[in-house]
Amino acid sequence: MYDTIIIGAGMSGLAAGIRLAHFDRRVCILERHHAIGGLNSFYRHRGRRFDVGLHAVTNYAPKGTRQGPLARLLRQLRVAWDEWSLAPQCGSAIVFPGVTLEFSNHFEQFAANVARHFPGQEPKLRRLVDALATYEQLGEQAACESARRVVSSIIDEPLLREMLFCPVLFYGGAREHDIDFGQFSVLFRSIFLEGLGRPTAGIRAIVKKLAQRFQALGGELRLKARVQRIAVKEGRVHHVELEDGTELPTRNVLSSAGWPETMRLCSLPADPAAVEPGQISFVESISVLDAQPASFGYDRTMVFFNETDTFDYRQPEDLVDLRSGLICSPNNFVYTEPSGEGMVRISALANFRRWAALDPEQYRLNKLHWYDRLAEAAVRHVPDFRSRVIDTDMFTPTTIRRFTGRDNGAIYGAPTKHYDGRTPIDNLYICGTDQGLVGIVGTLISGIAIANRYLLRN
Amino acid sequence: MTADDIREAILEILSDIAPDEDLSDLKPDIAFRDQLELDSMDFLDIVMELRKRYRIQIPEEEYTKLASMQSTVEYLEPRMKDIEKS
Repeated sequence: MYDTIIIGAGMSGLAAGIRLAHFDRRVCILERHHAIGGLNSFYRHRGRRFDVGLHAVTNYAPKGTRQGPLARLLRQLRVAWDEWSLAPQCGSAIVFPGVTLEFSNHFEQFAANVARHFPGQEPKLRRLVDALATYEQLGEQAACESARRVVSSIIDEPLLREMLFCPVLFYGGAREHDIDFGQFSVLFRSIFLEGLGRPTAGIRAIVKKLAQRFQALGGELRLKARVQRIAVKEGRVHHVELEDGTELPTRNVLSSAGWPETMRLCSLPADPAAVEPGQISFVESISVLDAQPASFGYDRTMVFFNETDTFDYRQPEDLVDLRSGLICSPNNFVYTEPSGEGMVRISALANFRRWAALDPEQYRLNKLHWYDRLAEAAVRHVPDFRSRVIDTDMFTPTTIRRFTGRDNGAIYGAPTKHYDGRTPIDNLYICGTDQGLVGIVGTLISGIAIANRYLLRN
Repeated sequence: MTADDIREAILEILSDIAPDEDLSDLKPDIAFRDQLELDSMDFLDIVMELRKRYRIQIPEEEYTKLASMQSTVEYLEPRMKDIEKS
């Protein structure tokens, strides 16, 4: 009998597992895939190592910082800052028609750029920052308000508004067009007030260390262990049933599989609106270069681009929406040691159903076709890297679906979040993206917070 | 355990929770919250570590006794006097 079974060895599941194992709970993480990390994973392809998932760790804080999400997270996991040793970004930009707004890990620089490009708006930007700080005291109702409405009431310059929403939604928007103000606040702070960082060895360094820590504490990690059913008796989880028929009795279940997906495992029909899956998914192309991007003048960390005046964040009709996207060079962080081969990653909104409907040959051809078109769109905003490409890879919404198990390959989960982590079933809780915290630090904190609140109390 | 042993035990817990902190000049009479900027999640951890290591149960309404090193040692001394130093 386990104290807790955790579904999913992604960031949130691993963090929750570490907390529970540290305090001597008997805990098992079930991962349906052969690899850990969920969305934030890594793999080898033609002898090279690739990272997938987010480009950077948001919520950056330099060593010695005691406050804020990263510091809190490190204390909760008993991790010294040097173990992750995040290198800060070199500098990023939001590029819209006619305006480029640069930002770094120093908010004052961003505020000065806003003042330069949008006269009169800088005090309003500061009022928005103040509003972020106060929303938490206003409770859940304020957190669920439309961020579009709140931001419009403070910032009256439409283009600036769109430019602020662009990185925020790209980094965590589960719903089309809008986002809860609570989530907007968390993301805005993590990007503009704290900033971006990355371990030299990539996200895999963090994922691997978390898994090692979990196992060293006595936690059990089962790969290729796909949950078929969460068996419920009289309103409580009785056991978890795996695909191969194994039944695992447990006192509690903590699921990071997503809200609609978890409800389905319990055979709960519930009301359809409450289990609405997300629609937001992405393609991403990865280009390996024969040189460091900085050697040919490409020194920005992230470029968020949008080629129309309004930022249309929704599932596209076509396979991919090239009007907007994010371009990242993982080399462009201030590392203390060499960061490996040059690399460019380009992401753009994509339509899951269109990709899923392709037959294998069409799928292969479309990956090639859209790789080229993504690169073509990107070089309008960063120096042309195409003659330097020595290897490529590409993932699509169906890849995301395969690795994360999320319906529609919805990268940030379902649009309705469940902040308190509880479900209609007494001893079943959820963590991860559908609990409402996003980004790497956010999702780790989600696992910790739910474990602390419900599973470490007794 | 003596008051000194308890102080030592608390320092050990604090250095596990906040491995980056230099605890050598921790002031006994100033609140952990102010010196180390510990938050409520961290206080819960101190309580849970005491339970894990020494089987000491601290009721929730008495968490406030753990504010500083001095108050923590005073509070724990009678409760830990029969515990063997590990």
